[in-house]
Amino acid sequence: MIDTEDHPLLRAQALTKWYGRQLGCRDISFDLYPGEVMAVVGESGSGKTTLLQLLSAQLAPTAGRVLYRMRDGIMRDLASMGEAERRFLFRTDWGYVHQEPALGLRIAVSGGANVGERLMAVGWRHYGRIRGAAKDWFDRVEIASDRIDDPPATYSGGMRQRLQIARNLVTNPRLVFMDEPTGGLDVSVQARLLDLIRGLVGELRLAAIIVTHDLAVARMLSHRIIVMKDGAAVESGLTDQVLEDPREPYTQLLVSSILPA
Amino acid sequence: MNEAAYNFAYLDEQTKRMIRRAILKAIAVPGYQVPFASREMPMPYGWGTGGVQVTASILGPDDILKVIDQGSDDTTNAVSIRKFFVKTAGVRTTTTTADATVIQTRHRIPETALHEGQILVFQVPIPEPLRFLEPRETETRRMHALQEYGLMHVKLYEDISRHGEIATSYAYPVKVDGRYVMDPSPTPKFDNPKMNDCPALQLFGAGREKRIYAIPPYTQVVSLDFEDHPFVPYRFNGTCALCGATDSYLDEVITDDRGSRMFVCSDTDHCAMRRARGHGLDPEPAR
Amino acid sequence: MYALDVINVRKSFTLHLQGGLHLPVVAGVSFAARPGECVALVGPSGCGKSSILKMIFGGYRCDGGRILIRDGDRIADIAAASPRAIIGIRQRAMSYVSQFLRAVPRVAAIDVVAQALDHAVPDQARASAAFLLRRLNIPERLTTVPPATFSGGEQQRVNIARGFLPDRPVLLLDEPTASLDSENRDVVIDLIAEKKRRGVAVVAIIHDSKVRDAVADQIVDVASFAAA
Repeated sequence: MIDTEDHPLLRAQALTKWYGRQLGCRDISFDLYPGEVMAVVGESGSGKTTLLQLLSAQLAPTAGRVLYRMRDGIMRDLASMGEAERRFLFRTDWGYVHQEPALGLRIAVSGGANVGERLMAVGWRHYGRIRGAAKDWFDRVEIASDRIDDPPATYSGGMRQRLQIARNLVTNPRLVFMDEPTGGLDVSVQARLLDLIRGLVGELRLAAIIVTHDLAVARMLSHRIIVMKDGAAVESGLTDQVLEDPREPYTQLLVSSILPA
Repeated sequence: MNEAAYNFAYLDEQTKRMIRRAILKAIAVPGYQVPFASREMPMPYGWGTGGVQVTASILGPDDILKVIDQGSDDTTNAVSIRKFFVKTAGVRTTTTTADATVIQTRHRIPETALHEGQILVFQVPIPEPLRFLEPRETETRRMHALQEYGLMHVKLYEDISRHGEIATSYAYPVKVDGRYVMDPSPTPKFDNPKMNDCPALQLFGAGREKRIYAIPPYTQVVSLDFEDHPFVPYRFNGTCALCGATDSYLDEVITDDRGSRMFVCSDTDHCAMRRARGHGLDPEPAR
Repeated sequence: MYALDVINVRKSFTLHLQGGLHLPVVAGVSFAARPGECVALVGPSGCGKSSILKMIFGGYRCDGGRILIRDGDRIADIAAASPRAIIGIRQRAMSYVSQFLRAVPRVAAIDVVAQALDHAVPDQARASAAFLLRRLNIPERLTTVPPATFSGGEQQRVNIARGFLPDRPVLLLDEPTASLDSENRDVVIDLIAEKKRRGVAVVAIIHDSKVRDAVADQIVDVASFAAA
């Protein structure tokens, strides 16, 4: 259910990033509300990953701003936050799911510790409770709980990705960034993972920004969509509307390029 | 080369100044690892160069030096380092803990309680407690700066999940003055409580890693743990075969090639003191 | 008082991949549906009936006109609404049964249906879904299986169950009985009648004259809205 009150959770204003003379992305603006899932689609080089990194404060914009509504209701410019505050936000209020799960996990540390780390980082000091919370999340992301003491180095790709999701959601973030969350996984594994993500996002009322080159993923997971090409937002709006009734030439090209099932 | 070619305690005065500045900084920020320009010493890395540089910087002609290695005054390293300072500084030396003004140690804290005015210098191999979990120096520096110590508890969590208890038995991480998490050097966790509220100044030197840190006297030092797995200072449940002590840290000594062994105090001075006072009259090693 | 009021709506497509070919579809589309009323859209294939339904649901954009819908105590214009607003209106005020079932792969049929109730109370949602699927003669052993392997008729019945499960004031149906046998067709007729009794406004594309005669209160000939 989307919170249709008029309080955006994240606001991008004219976001622009230049890498020297190379354009990352240009003039991107939108509002994201709690519980809303937005897909950013485009081909390689479209600027979608740059946009995701700008929105998650991992890159500083060349121009424009990103505003985030903190839990106390105040809209803050991410650029005005100190590093400590940004990192804290990253560990508690936000999640970031990498395409390659190993980037978002401690690969040699047990699965349970991977999930528990954020809890320990915010001051949980009871082993039993930390382990209990980790077990809970293993159930929710459907990893067998007898794997809780195994390191993700021993997990399959799909399991690692599910662990990464659990690790990000354990502190009840309000906003999750996902970079090609099913990229690189077997097709059968993708389907299950997508459904898991859909379920969790709905159940936890998460807002999410999902970068993907796969329109089917966008259709399945998102309410809204931005289509990017060469650093610019070519078309944006309701996902099913943009994908069923594409207006821009590039969007029409993208949609018509999907091989039918 | 004759002795007159060495400056007092080997290091030149400017180097000693630089190290003392680092030491002052370390004392001002308890538990914080201060980088310093570690010098080439006449012993290889891994043999106590950090501790030796700290000691060399603080020694004065009136100091009385004690050097121990794993609690003992008479192992090779302890003897070598003591001789080094006799040669280059001409200071008096002792094996009696209570009489020393500067004690350099590798991997143990003396059993005898320290008093005000004493300085304990620790030899440290890897100063960064988070190193094994986070190999990036950039990242660990940030973690200390931002007080992000969740990862430290991850290590302890892993111990409990693997062994049922916190199995870390030495180099057990501590929180100093409620702020920095520190590696106390590879001393047994049995020694951790001695660091807390200690009347002596504790200095830590890592030569290869080029870091100095410190615990000023009477500083709070707390071993990390979980509420439901509290810190326990572990000690082998036995008696010293020489002096009969039941509360000192014990070394296991193999006495022959048939598997015979005995347990004796690791702190040789402490053991000798107890025997001098009449403890442990039985001269035969226990089987 | 109308539940849905379509006023002077027009739609065309510009196919950039065919060199900017302009395809007008409909123009001047106007009709209204009262609560409890069923409006049937008729006309030859390709005249724009599905397009009209999609524009009402917000799946297609309108080039002009208004689509007014009662949303709680407000009137909203779907043709001009923001994406957020449309999502809200859909959640509260509209339900849509498309011609073909489009479901997330590997989700059991009963969950495909139950998820239409938007995670409110999962067990209750599943119980209601099970009841509806039973009525539509989907055997119980199939409800725990993903519908991808079902026959066309079975998939359509799952689709219908999903669209009929929530209680919303406007129900849009695109060929609901197309792949059904006569027994299930009758079930759908009953279901539509029940919705009408509950005050739901139904807009449906129905080719089958028997079904149309049984449920439609108003016939709208879409061919009359053909764009030039």
